[in-house]
Amino acid sequence: MLDKVIFYFFAGIAVGSAALMVTRRNVVHSAIFLITALLATAGIFLQLRAEFLFIVQIILYVGGIMVLFVFVIMLVNLDVSLLQLKFARQKWVALIVALVLGGQVGVMFWSSGKMPGQGFPVLNAAAANRLPPNAEEVAKSLFSSYLLPFEIASVLLLVAMIGAVVMAKKRT
Amino acid sequence: MQAVIQGTIDFLKLYWVPLLCGVVIVAVLPLIVGYIVLVERKLMADMQARLGPMRVGPHGLLQPIADAVKLLIKEDIIPENADKLVFWLAPVLSVGAGLLSIAGLAFGPAFQIAQDINIGILFVVGISSLGIFGIVLGGWASNSNYSLMGALRSSAQLVSYETAAGMALVSGLLFAGTLNIKSIVEAQQEQGIWFGMLAPVAFFIYVVASIAETNRAPFDLPEAESELVAGYMTEFSGFRWSLYFLAEYTNMIVVASVATTLFLGGWLRPFARVGWMNFLDFFPPLLMLAIGGYCVWRAPKQPARVQQLFMLAVAGLCFVVALVLAAPVIVPLARPSLAGAVKPFYAGIHGGFWFLFKVSAYIYLFMWLRFTVPRYRFDQLMRLGWHFLIPLSIINVLVVGVAMIVGAYFHLQGWAMLLVTTPAAIIALIAALLILAIEQKGGTAQEGSAAPDFYAG
Repeated sequence: MLDKVIFYFFAGIAVGSAALMVTRRNVVHSAIFLITALLATAGIFLQLRAEFLFIVQIILYVGGIMVLFVFVIMLVNLDVSLLQLKFARQKWVALIVALVLGGQVGVMFWSSGKMPGQGFPVLNAAAANRLPPNAEEVAKSLFSSYLLPFEIASVLLLVAMIGAVVMAKKRT
Repeated sequence: MQAVIQGTIDFLKLYWVPLLCGVVIVAVLPLIVGYIVLVERKLMADMQARLGPMRVGPHGLLQPIADAVKLLIKEDIIPENADKLVFWLAPVLSVGAGLLSIAGLAFGPAFQIAQDINIGILFVVGISSLGIFGIVLGGWASNSNYSLMGALRSSAQLVSYETAAGMALVSGLLFAGTLNIKSIVEAQQEQGIWFGMLAPVAFFIYVVASIAETNRAPFDLPEAESELVAGYMTEFSGFRWSLYFLAEYTNMIVVASVATTLFLGGWLRPFARVGWMNFLDFFPPLLMLAIGGYCVWRAPKQPARVQQLFMLAVAGLCFVVALVLAAPVIVPLARPSLAGAVKPFYAGIHGGFWFLFKVSAYIYLFMWLRFTVPRYRFDQLMRLGWHFLIPLSIINVLVVGVAMIVGAYFHLQGWAMLLVTTPAAIIALIAALLILAIEQKGGTAQEGSAAPDFYAG
């Protein structure tokens, strides 16, 4: 019961602030609501007892990417009307994409449980009183089952970082 | 009936004890911060051959309270064209993130609000990094160029130095093998050595990066008063300004606690596993006795009677604390049968003392650096972060990892690990010198070109 209350609380915040993010005219206000949506998603992760995902969501998306977003928004300081003109053209495309996506999710819900292998998979709930050793579990699966993709992704990210440093160096 | 009572106790333990700890921290922290500021002003005065605050209370001991009252009753100004809601929200965000991250810290084996969270240190670092939004949004909402410039600088600085700090933490965590704060300290107890000795280069990187992350001198460019008035805080006044101030010092306490936990052995006594060093247990009560004795000695020299009495009261407080600290050490000596019963008290009280002692030493180091090192230029700061600290931290992680594998191969443990980690640190230092040499060669041709011009104050 408490789990459900917490879930709907965070889910409501996430959906509500996502809607506000799209509708706000002021870019910085949109960014604030995006941060709220991401934090609420992190809350849902925590409610699902995935504390490692919770903190990764906060460190990466809120603490890293959103700081850069806000930084760029402030740096560029676009004229508001210019921005609206730029994005207003895609109304119909957006509507169609949203409808298709909504239809897909609806079909998933509808077919869920009707046929085996269809719809949302049902996962076993974690023990209620104690959080599983999240970081260890994630590390185990990353370094055993998914070692190669993990290494490739890490090298890619490292290359990107070194590349950024090198590009910043060669400005003459 | 029994079950009901047991259930009530469990409920209280689960929810009310952490809540109480939280309330205590939130209530006491502003006071502690006030006295940190007083120590900082006294230290600054000492270094500049002045006396510092002397008027309010003996040696300015009541100055923080006077300052707090002044800040609370000051007029609260919101600029005409400010974004009111964000302006209101920003300082709260800043201080909230700082206070929330304290929940994950362990000030002693028993004193931790969020007990035993698996992701411990990530929680502390991650939540405290959210405080940057308070700074950035506050700078933007004030609708002032100085504020915006300070906010931009701050976010750029934080993003750059967080990478280096994170990598430094990784090098330390390699030795701990866990993220849980309690287990990190227990790992240091088990191995009988602080991770700061095993990974000195990582510790150095963390010290530098944590100064930059808390926006302190010599990296206090977001609030450089000679260039930006007060940076992101320019338009804030009264209570809101004091919230930013509180957030800055809270963040200092948080980074100091993280460094203490991971690199300086947390709540452990120095040489906790060495038997003949047990006389160090007498250090905490003797220190408090000495402070109390000094207060008694100075009391008659105070000009006013109230000040003399106040000084004696401070001395009495010190003596009480000394008694509390001495009891767990003296009692087992006098009555060996009570040794077992006293043990948890010893762990709690002395653990708390050593933790706070190390945190204070770390903050003292911060202050010392602030008054001795001149402020960096912004492009110098960026170059130091991206061209020196980040490469060094990556190399250090590699080298420390190799050292750990070699150490495990030869079954080295505890102090013997120094045999492999010291060469590792030397290799990292040589790499650092190489990086510096390359930097010198390339740096002269393109002085000041690392950052775009808009940073240049």
